[in-house]
Amino acid sequence: MIELLRQSGSSFAGDINNLILLVTVLAGFWLIVAEVVLFWLVWKFRKKPGVKAQYVTGERKEEMKWIHWPHNIILVCDVFIIFFAIKVWHHVKQELPPAQSTIRIIGQQWAWRFIMPGADNVLGTKDDIETVDELHVKVDTTYHYKLESVDVLHDFSVPQFRLKQDAIPGRIMTGWFKPTKVGHFDIQCAEICGIGHGIMMGKLFVDSAEEYDKWIASHTPAEATSH
Amino acid sequence: MATTHAEHHDHHDHHEMSFWEKYIFPLDHKVIGMQYLFTGILMGVLGAFFSYVFRMQNAFPGIEVPLFGLVTSAQYNSLITNHGTIMIFWFAMPILVAAFGNYLIPLMIGADDMVFPKINRLSYQIFLLSVVVLIGSFFVHNGGFGGAWTAYPPLSAKAEYNLTPWGSILWLVAVVLEFVAFLLGGINFITTLMNSRAKGMKMMDIPIVCWMIVLASILFMASAGPLIAGAAMLLFDQTIGTGFFDPARGGDPILWQHLFWFFGHPEVYVVFLPAMGIVAEVITTFSRKKLFAYKVVLFTTFATGILSFFVWAHHQFIAGIDPRLANIFTVTTLLISIPIAEMLFVYIATLWGGSIELTSAMLFALGFLATFLVGGVTGIFLGASGADIYFHDTYFVLAHFHYTFVPIAVIAVFAGLYYWFPKMFGRFMDETLGKIHFWGTMVGFNGIFMPLFFTGAAGDHRRIFDFSNFPELAVSSLQHLRMVATISVIITILFQFVFFWNFIYSMFRGRKCTENNPWKANTLEWVAACPPPHGNFLVMPEVYRGPYEYSVPGRELDYWPQNEKV
Ligand code: HEM
Ligand SMILES: [Cu+2]
Ligand SMILES: [Cu+2]
Repeated sequence: MIELLRQSGSSFAGDINNLILLVTVLAGFWLIVAEVVLFWLVWKFRKKPGVKAQYVTGERKEEMKWIHWPHNIILVCDVFIIFFAIKVWHHVKQELPPAQSTIRIIGQQWAWRFIMPGADNVLGTKDDIETVDELHVKVDTTYHYKLESVDVLHDFSVPQFRLKQDAIPGRIMTGWFKPTKVGHFDIQCAEICGIGHGIMMGKLFVDSAEEYDKWIASHTPAEATSH
Repeated sequence: MATTHAEHHDHHDHHEMSFWEKYIFPLDHKVIGMQYLFTGILMGVLGAFFSYVFRMQNAFPGIEVPLFGLVTSAQYNSLITNHGTIMIFWFAMPILVAAFGNYLIPLMIGADDMVFPKINRLSYQIFLLSVVVLIGSFFVHNGGFGGAWTAYPPLSAKAEYNLTPWGSILWLVAVVLEFVAFLLGGINFITTLMNSRAKGMKMMDIPIVCWMIVLASILFMASAGPLIAGAAMLLFDQTIGTGFFDPARGGDPILWQHLFWFFGHPEVYVVFLPAMGIVAEVITTFSRKKLFAYKVVLFTTFATGILSFFVWAHHQFIAGIDPRLANIFTVTTLLISIPIAEMLFVYIATLWGGSIELTSAMLFALGFLATFLVGGVTGIFLGASGADIYFHDTYFVLAHFHYTFVPIAVIAVFAGLYYWFPKMFGRFMDETLGKIHFWGTMVGFNGIFMPLFFTGAAGDHRRIFDFSNFPELAVSSLQHLRMVATISVIITILFQFVFFWNFIYSMFRGRKCTENNPWKANTLEWVAACPPPHGNFLVMPEVYRGPYEYSVPGRELDYWPQNEKV
């Protein structure tokens, strides 16, 4: 459902979509019930000449059940939602699957810097590729990211991936994603970071394996190839 | 100590007071309430004007906004920051807690004034000072603070990051002063409710609105401490170069978030509870019904109040807290939906079997229930941690919390103003204009925020001054939704002129209220004259029953004032 508004492009996006759908159904049900009952009561008990209101304390058992039953059913709905929310959360944020590749993401006022491991797939070596506002990744590959900030809070957000994580100066936040669709997507900064917050955008390119290799080859720094 | 004050009921016929004593340095709780009301309304107008300006920029990037001009990104940030701050601290709180609390509590519990009238006066004076400081902060070098109302450091802590060296300091000072004002006010509300009730008024005879305002004050007092401590640290970071929130010197920016939201979430209930109180009074009066299960309302309020201290980190799911912690806060956040839902059900159940008269006040009270439900239900999406990964800091969140705050601070406040206007000013507001105002406000309000749920779900995130920088968001379908929202802002604002005209005209020329109890209500404020004199009651009332004995079988009249012996 949420995909009608923003398509998904990562392995866990579908889980988040389903959770949103679950909440929409359960919460939507209660919203509709409550609104319908509210409007119906206002209509049914509108003031009519000669009709007096009833005296209902709401403290007798058979009256209280009108509150207690909805209460109990909501509790059940809540337990359902909690269960799936935590399940999705655990999958996306808590348990990291083993990485096939690791990248560094650095937020700063007001740009994104990316450090990709290059052909040897090891970070911190000479063939690392550093880019600004442009990140290239290979489709169907599990990435770990190491997210940092050099000044204020930023937030690395890729709506298609259903991925969002604050970047905090002084810490390295580790997370993961696995792109599943080839294409290019917006990277947004989703935490206010000063007057340039509204221009802090980046591009994420999810390349097929061949294209990715080509891109790596053409961007590997000269000193890394000449030993 | 619920003693009668009858023995000194004659203290109000002392010497004639000068204008100065009566309106500028008043001790009368009603006048102080009015000071808070009018200051709050003026600040609300300013906050609404800000929202008009930044919404125009958002929907029509780069235009010369009428009445303002071009909006730079620095100004945009400052406008949203101060819009949010004003709406919460200088509009919602002063009106819901301070104005209604001051005006209503002594009248509704049958007291001649607050217990500490001088502290009360001091509270308003400090509040006024905070207003001056805040407004001053817009005019200093480099303008007002623009780091969002949540003021997360390091952005808020260092001028080299936020570029508003003075604005950010003055903003913080203003917030702290405002807190001091409300702490003083809160002491008064709590003490007065506990000690000055009319003879015979037991705990369960207290009108819900008084309970709600006092419980809100308790929540505020219990939660404000950590934030004030945080504010002191932030102020030191800004001014004398400490490093409480600076990671480079062993500080931690996340600490501020905990302190802020430990206060910030209960704060939501600080404004929510008084609104629920107002709505309780209005719907019982205009449906001629006893409040369904008074005790359930009270106990769910206690439960909400306590739980509200254990949900704060739902604002920080993706802020870098330990991911295991998020699970605990998901559980508490979803649990708090239960007492809130229960409260709303109780209010809806109160309508059952009623004789509902759709006065302007009642329309707004019902409008509150209808719209707040949307706000409550959409909160579940954000409390469910897994879904919040997607929604966090998008316009979906924004639409959600405006569907709680606008019903609370605007719609319920209107219900209260239409309802108590005759008591406050001795005249009636015009009902036809009131209904036009109601429908205009409802259509306009939904027109603003419904579209924003969709832009948010499509990925629009908050605090962005120009979406054309983001190719995926710069598409025309989303831009059209943003325009609908902005045009609805203008419509909503235009309909408020109907209200202001009605309010001001009726104050001086409205139909006179010739009786003390025009709505045939039960609570004690309706025993006093319209408007009540200094000292409130000619004879201090005594209480014989609860506040909601409407349509009692066997009685000819369909109401039964609390102070009537038989
Ligand atoms: C006239 C009706 C209102 C309109 C049109 C409106 C509109 C907006 C918009 C569009 C934003 C987001 C700006 C952005 O992120 O770029 C915003 C932020 C906010 N609004 Fe309102 N709002 C209104 C009334 C209120 C009320 C009554 C309250 C509270 C009692 C409130 C509290 C806030 C808060 C706390 C923020 C967050 C500020 C921030 O991001 O730091 N607003 N408003
Ligand atoms: Cu940013
Ligand atoms: Cu909260």
